[in-house]
Amino acid sequence: MIATESLSKRFPRVTALDRLSVDVGPGVTGLVGANGAGKSTLIKILLGLSPATEGRAEVLGLDVATKGAAIRERVGYMPEHDCLPPDVSATEFVVHMARMSGLPPTAARERTADTLRHVGLYEERYRPIGGYSTGMKQRVKLAQALVHDPQLVFLDEPTNGLDPVGRDEMLGLIRRIHTDFGISVLVTSHLLGELERTCDHVVVIDGGKLLRSSSTTDFTQTTTTLAIEVTDTDEHPDGTRAVREALHARGVSVEDGSGLPGAGHVLLLTAQGEETYDLVRDVIADLGLGLVRMEQRRHHISEVFTSSDEREQRKEAVGHGG
Amino acid sequence: MAVEHTMGTSAPGPGDQTRIHNIGYRSYDGPRLGRSYARRSLYSQSLRGSYGLGRSVKSKVLPMLLFVVMCVPAAIMVAVAVATKAKDLPLDYTRYAIVMQAVISLYVASQAPQSVSRDLRFKTVPLYFSRPIETADYVRAKFAALASALFILTAAPLLVLYVGALLAKLDFADQTKGFAQGLVSVALLSLLFAGIGLVIASFTPRRGFGIAAVIAVLTITYGAVSTLQAIADVQGSGEAVPWIGLFSPITLVDGVQSAFLGATSAFPGGVGPSNAEGVVFLLVALGLIAASYGLLMRRYKKVGL
Repeated sequence: MIATESLSKRFPRVTALDRLSVDVGPGVTGLVGANGAGKSTLIKILLGLSPATEGRAEVLGLDVATKGAAIRERVGYMPEHDCLPPDVSATEFVVHMARMSGLPPTAARERTADTLRHVGLYEERYRPIGGYSTGMKQRVKLAQALVHDPQLVFLDEPTNGLDPVGRDEMLGLIRRIHTDFGISVLVTSHLLGELERTCDHVVVIDGGKLLRSSSTTDFTQTTTTLAIEVTDTDEHPDGTRAVREALHARGVSVEDGSGLPGAGHVLLLTAQGEETYDLVRDVIADLGLGLVRMEQRRHHISEVFTSSDEREQRKEAVGHGG
Repeated sequence: MAVEHTMGTSAPGPGDQTRIHNIGYRSYDGPRLGRSYARRSLYSQSLRGSYGLGRSVKSKVLPMLLFVVMCVPAAIMVAVAVATKAKDLPLDYTRYAIVMQAVISLYVASQAPQSVSRDLRFKTVPLYFSRPIETADYVRAKFAALASALFILTAAPLLVLYVGALLAKLDFADQTKGFAQGLVSVALLSLLFAGIGLVIASFTPRRGFGIAAVIAVLTITYGAVSTLQAIADVQGSGEAVPWIGLFSPITLVDGVQSAFLGATSAFPGGVGPSNAEGVVFLLVALGLIAASYGLLMRRYKKVGL
């Protein structure tokens, strides 16, 4: 889908991209980096709108330096900022944008109706955009990026400004763009965590350099952490503590689930295999406590960078990217 | 890619009745008409927008009102000419736009910002440039659309005059020549005013500022130029009068048409530029149109994404 080769972009005073080489295949790919890491610059270059200082890049097998228009015909783009005029309806606006992508008038109307429905806009699509909520506006922005049925879409910070429910809906929609619509996605975010559920592959850039590029499963399934919550009894007024001590006695180290909902009542331990589950079950049964929950907790991508061996991880990541 | 896959599962063959209920994703494999089509679409959308078509009722009011105001005097003149069986129209075709310049300025001031400032203010511009069209396509479409809108505004009353003149059985050859000269003149005026209006509007994302700036530039230059011309005329330096006319758009058009299009100059003393001087007027006018285009291109190169 996308391939860059020691791609650099230097402005008079800053280097936005520094010899970035990355390969992105079909599917949903997250592009993660702090603000100013070079995400938007990369998208601009990939759309053929801004020449790279050095290196080369291909999108859908087309060279960005020479085939910009052909790329833009097959690619959709959803900007990070507001981009909608308030005084027209979503339908009118998306039809216009479809025609700007080269769709004939009738096809533009049909595709607009289809696309708006797929992103979840129904009757309100005939009302002026000015009266929409942030979530609805984001859907219109997404619809204009999808209306011409591109092979690939660039979504720049699509969850910005959304509340948690809106965020989840948007992430679900992004997932569907690939699974249901068959369109590959490059989605940027400065939050590692939110891409975990959505992306097949995550590219992390920092200061214009590649920090890490790997599939999400690599990031999140290196170890399995179990979260346990138990009831208290008369015999053991603090059930959590009793379990921790009992497990400790058997040589299993347990952490407090600080930062999780119900912190203080949640214990975290690393599962070594089947026997860990059995051990936990036996220990709790012996103490006569009730097991409220025992669940696998996947690591969040952010923990890859915040854990104690952060430095090693980073070294490895840089080595990975080469 | 998986496009074919979704096609297969979600788009049943033609004639299949379940198709209506199928809300699965359908991919598009129809024609993609590319850049020139997109440019034409943007042109027609902008032209329609200049008269409020395809926009809210509120935004139709002003352009339509100005259009009517532009045409009513022509209709009255025609009515008078027919009723009094006059030998000629009370006003030359070429003179009409000069007399009605306030209305034309108001129209440019209201519609140039409408055309470009909105895209800048609401940051819609990046959506255009993430599509096949490029800076030049956008600028040309917008420029052509406003110039066409102005041409419609200024040529319509001339058409009213012409049709009226023929109804009043005035001399056909004479009237046709005058009408043709008038059309050439308003075409030049449309290009010039559209260019100036768009350049100013493209630097002011706020529509209000754009309107004020366009009105200011058009009326202040005209006010200054005609005052200076009047002073020069009174002080007896009549030869300076035409030259001063170079410095405002409407007097520039006046100069060109009195040199080449048989118009009587509206300058004080009624002395327009001679043919040789007229060349300078024409070059300045064309230069200004080209400069407007160049400035717009530069401006949109920067706006980009």
